[in-house]
Amino acid sequence: MEYLPNICFAIALFIGIAYFTRNVKKLIRNIKLGLDVEVVDQKPLRWKNMLMVALGQSKMVKRPIAGMLHIIVYLGFIIINIEILEIVIDGLVGTHRVGLKVLPVHVYGVLIGTFEILAVLVFVAVIVFWLRRNTIKLQRFWNSEMTSWPKNDANYILYFEMVLMALFIVMNATDVNFQSLNSGNIVSQFVADWFSGLPENTLHVIERTAWWLHILGVLIFLNYLYFSKHLHILLAFPNTYYAKLTPNGKLNNLESVTNEVKMMLDPNIDPFASPPEGTSPEVPAKFGASDVQDLSWVQLLNAYTCTECGRCTSECPANQTGKKLSPRKIMMDTRDRLEEVGKNIDANKGVFKEDGKQLLDNYISREELWACTTCNACVEACPVSIDPLSIIMDMRRYLVMEQSAAPAELNNMMTNIENNGAPWPYNQMDRLNWKNE
Amino acid sequence: MSEELKVPTMAEYVAQGKQPEVLFWVGCAGSFDDRAKKITKAFVKLLHKAKVEFAVLGAEESCTGDPAKRTGNEFLFQMQAVTNIELLNSYQIKSIVTACPHCFNTIKNEYPDLGGNYEVMHHTQFLKSLLDEGRLTIDGGKFKGKRITFHDPCYLGRANKVYEAPRELIEKLEAELVEMKRCRQNGLCCGAGGAQMFKEPEKGDKDVNVERTEEALNTNTEIIAAGCPFCNTMMTDGVKAKEKEGEVEVLDIAELISNAQDL
Repeated sequence: MEYLPNICFAIALFIGIAYFTRNVKKLIRNIKLGLDVEVVDQKPLRWKNMLMVALGQSKMVKRPIAGMLHIIVYLGFIIINIEILEIVIDGLVGTHRVGLKVLPVHVYGVLIGTFEILAVLVFVAVIVFWLRRNTIKLQRFWNSEMTSWPKNDANYILYFEMVLMALFIVMNATDVNFQSLNSGNIVSQFVADWFSGLPENTLHVIERTAWWLHILGVLIFLNYLYFSKHLHILLAFPNTYYAKLTPNGKLNNLESVTNEVKMMLDPNIDPFASPPEGTSPEVPAKFGASDVQDLSWVQLLNAYTCTECGRCTSECPANQTGKKLSPRKIMMDTRDRLEEVGKNIDANKGVFKEDGKQLLDNYISREELWACTTCNACVEACPVSIDPLSIIMDMRRYLVMEQSAAPAELNNMMTNIENNGAPWPYNQMDRLNWKNE
Repeated sequence: MSEELKVPTMAEYVAQGKQPEVLFWVGCAGSFDDRAKKITKAFVKLLHKAKVEFAVLGAEESCTGDPAKRTGNEFLFQMQAVTNIELLNSYQIKSIVTACPHCFNTIKNEYPDLGGNYEVMHHTQFLKSLLDEGRLTIDGGKFKGKRITFHDPCYLGRANKVYEAPRELIEKLEAELVEMKRCRQNGLCCGAGGAQMFKEPEKGDKDVNVERTEEALNTNTEIIAAGCPFCNTMMTDGVKAKEKEGEVEVLDIAELISNAQDL
């Protein structure tokens, strides 16, 4: 019976990590449902972007208040997690505060003291975050797509963080030995006063309970990630690495179209020629995207990375003037549909079974797609380098090239370009008339 | 008005066995839109003043394909692009200047994938370089001391990170450059991009150009400076919608410099 806590701990840790691994595998499987694109160029620049944007939070601080609060929570999260190492060793081996055995008391004190200060800062920042969402009601947290799960998810994350920080402090405050060292209990010494007068046994029970709840909470939170917008804490790193490096204004070239255009313009190519021997007959490419499988894996990674902060939507000229388009909703819809497709595959022994649904129309309406001015404000605003515009463009491509479903005025415009080389019905021969007018 | 401007075409240059220093890509708006034609002429006058040997394609020029691409019609875009690139390459064009940020962005960023590689400049960048080389002088003239705000075109600013050239030119007019709250990388779109110019907006509670014009008017500006023929149209319409056309003018940077010197 002596080893019961250790065994329980090992089992909890194993289940937590195993389930998390399973989720990560599913995540990777889903992202890989996207079209394969190779992103192997300019590695040094990619690393730099990741260091600056994800690790360095360079785009977060564009909005100073949210940016500073976020940096506190982010730093706190990373640094306090060093403490998890000690907790895991203690839990598995049965030691208590193993750090004290390997580190001089004052070094250990400095570490724990830092964690305690950060814990309080995180606690306060998280409360401010909660107030911004629920009391101040910042508009971008109350757009139409931010109801039910997205709204609750955001608050659950904040509650999780508050509880974890509180448990960490309580665990230290009720640890009689730790308090008697009087080193590193920079915050918990005051909390310890609230518990003064309680018998040592009771304190021990509270300390153990807080310790267990804290580590179990961490494991649960780890597994909550996959279901939550909070995935950004992991995916912001690969996402900023794989982000677009070309100027924002450049839309990608569709190679499949280039091949056809070249064929149309080259008099020497026989369009009816059979493919060279040994090559498989070419499958006609689908132009643009009507569902998540038509998007690239980078775009799907974008969707999982989105933490629904809404900076994109708050900068979007269409959204600001009351149109239905919200770049954040484009990302949320893409993720929701991808999840649906993933579950479909899980339920059908690894093969996607046609479900009569798609990203277009079932999730993203045409009205939203046609409201975009391609101004790149959403791309510029995203703190983790997500590109909602690329999804909007790929879906427009599908509408126009596969469905011929552009708005009538745009069809007129395109007919004009085809016939007279200008979006208006003017004669190309008159292009230089202005010089004599 | 029937003043004859000297505007040589590439065909004429080639006939003389010469190569211009730069090709002026006029663009559809600059060729056909009555308002934008004034910008084209103002820019040509500046080119003459700086003694720039330039040429246009004239009737050989065709839409870059930008509105088609942004509508989603990659076929039409690439047909336009490939045809234009063939023409440009046959004339051995090396550098291109244009007063339209959409043409600028498309030729600069989207033509290389299809075999068109040129040095492409927006006219504000080109004018700035003429100024730096001492080939062009800018005088404030009637704009001296006026309040001018600059509306960043999305396809010049966010799309290509050109923020300073137009502003430096405005400052050379000895005018007071006032910034809107949303400027440079945070600049608000005029509402025309992504082929919106050619269609009615989706249902909403306001037009984008009105929102942007209100922001410009909030600076108490006397002139809204633009660097894009489409922004120019949208902002002009916005000023009309706010019934301020008597007080506030919308002018392209090229027009500002040219008008200041009564060219």
